[in-house]
Amino acid sequence: MRAVSLPSPAASLAFPPAVIALLFPAFLLVMWSLAARLGWLPPQILPAPGEVGSALVELARSGDLLHDTGISLLRVVEGFAAGCALGLLLGIAMGLSPTVEDYVRPLFTAFAQVPTLGWIPLLMLLVGIGEGLKILVIAKAAFVPVTLNTLAGIRAVPSHYAEVGALFRFSRWQMLSKVVLPAAVAPIFAGLRYGLTHSWNALVAVELLASAEGLGYLLVWGRQMFWLDTMMAAMAVIGVVGFLLDRVMAALELRLQRWRLA
Amino acid sequence: MRRALRGTVLPVALLVVWEIASHGGLVDPRILPPIERVARTAIDQVANHGLLGDLGFSLLRDMIGFALGTLAGLAAGTVLGLSRIADRLFMPTFNGLRQIAILAWIPLIAIWFGMGEVAKIVFIMAAAFIPVVLNTHEGVRSASAQLVEVARTLTFTPWQIVTRLYLPAALPSIATGVHLALIYAWVASIGSEYFMTVGPGIGGMIIAGRERFEMDLVMLGILILGLVGYLINRSASLLEAWLSRWQRA
Repeated sequence: MRAVSLPSPAASLAFPPAVIALLFPAFLLVMWSLAARLGWLPPQILPAPGEVGSALVELARSGDLLHDTGISLLRVVEGFAAGCALGLLLGIAMGLSPTVEDYVRPLFTAFAQVPTLGWIPLLMLLVGIGEGLKILVIAKAAFVPVTLNTLAGIRAVPSHYAEVGALFRFSRWQMLSKVVLPAAVAPIFAGLRYGLTHSWNALVAVELLASAEGLGYLLVWGRQMFWLDTMMAAMAVIGVVGFLLDRVMAALELRLQRWRLA
Repeated sequence: MRRALRGTVLPVALLVVWEIASHGGLVDPRILPPIERVARTAIDQVANHGLLGDLGFSLLRDMIGFALGTLAGLAAGTVLGLSRIADRLFMPTFNGLRQIAILAWIPLIAIWFGMGEVAKIVFIMAAAFIPVVLNTHEGVRSASAQLVEVARTLTFTPWQIVTRLYLPAALPSIATGVHLALIYAWVASIGSEYFMTVGPGIGGMIIAGRERFEMDLVMLGILILGLVGYLINRSASLLEAWLSRWQRA
């Protein structure tokens, strides 16, 4: 019997997907320009797209953009690294030892139950509004998903892997580094990636609430000055940096999993 | 039993250290008020400052924003899942805008909609909308092509195909989206109160506590945030299990 090929619905779309994907943004841009040019909305509510563009160029030229993005990135890297280190340690400890999990899990769950946003005012009273606050908040945001995913990943390692390891008389450390962790790389990495997204969101939150530099502060500043073009430019940069951070994690994830494909 | 007991060791130890530290003068009681002061603040807030009203306001706002965002998300997700053209036209833009951390929208929303209740609800709506769209879209698209063929052969009307086939197939995924929306909406409610502090609510109470350096008020607020978050999460899990119960059968 011959396979009958049905015309796929996609074939009826004459344009490549990228062109179609750009139609709607192009339409939005045209409407936005018209709305601004014809004065449908006052510029205090909706600045022209060109103004947002020149605000972005101006921010880039003055060096503010680079400075603020650098500050924000540094904070995220520091906080994320701290949160990951703690999350991996706790996740591994709980994953390997049910006793540790029995002791720690309820407190951890209670801690995780309060959203990062809730901890910010408390931490502001405890440590002030300096760099320490930002690092702690960002670390907390990464810590929870990294711990949970590491724990789940280690628990999901098939028990016969450990049996093979035992056959080789692997030490505890060898078992962890040669058997358990490589087998749990996928879920652990999913946790890291998720954690980085959380960290980035937490950074925006903490910079909106208490900061004098950074991309979040750029937003606050634009709002106080009623400079919508600056605000929108800052939002765009926040979106792009967030997206790139996630891409970097995705690329790392692929790299670390190469051995699976081989 | 033994496992449950072990779980209480750390929390109890923490509370004991807390009490000793704040009574023994090891830590400034303004930084670490004794537990009974937090409890007294709780009673005082309920009796004299309308804590329950604040909580009610936060929850009401949360539920309105959640309901509107979820309904809009279901409609948009279904259309995007069913129509390839809509998917190609709108999904890339949606995915692009979604990259912007949700809190970064707050200043813009505040300027567009004012600092009042409307802006808060719009923000909560947006927070609930995103996961529902994504999961509904994914769920609808995952419906089996063979079943659609069968339905066509049985001359189902398009409406029947959507309601009898696509939506049931998408239900587990939709349930996940709604679950996430419940959590996001609650966090967004708090966020909206932080940044647009007009009107009563738990988030506003926490911010006021911070501004007046009343740690007991902040701690009480955090406790309530955690409890409400926990209850929302529990009920969402139950709802999710109930919605996907037919799958196990």
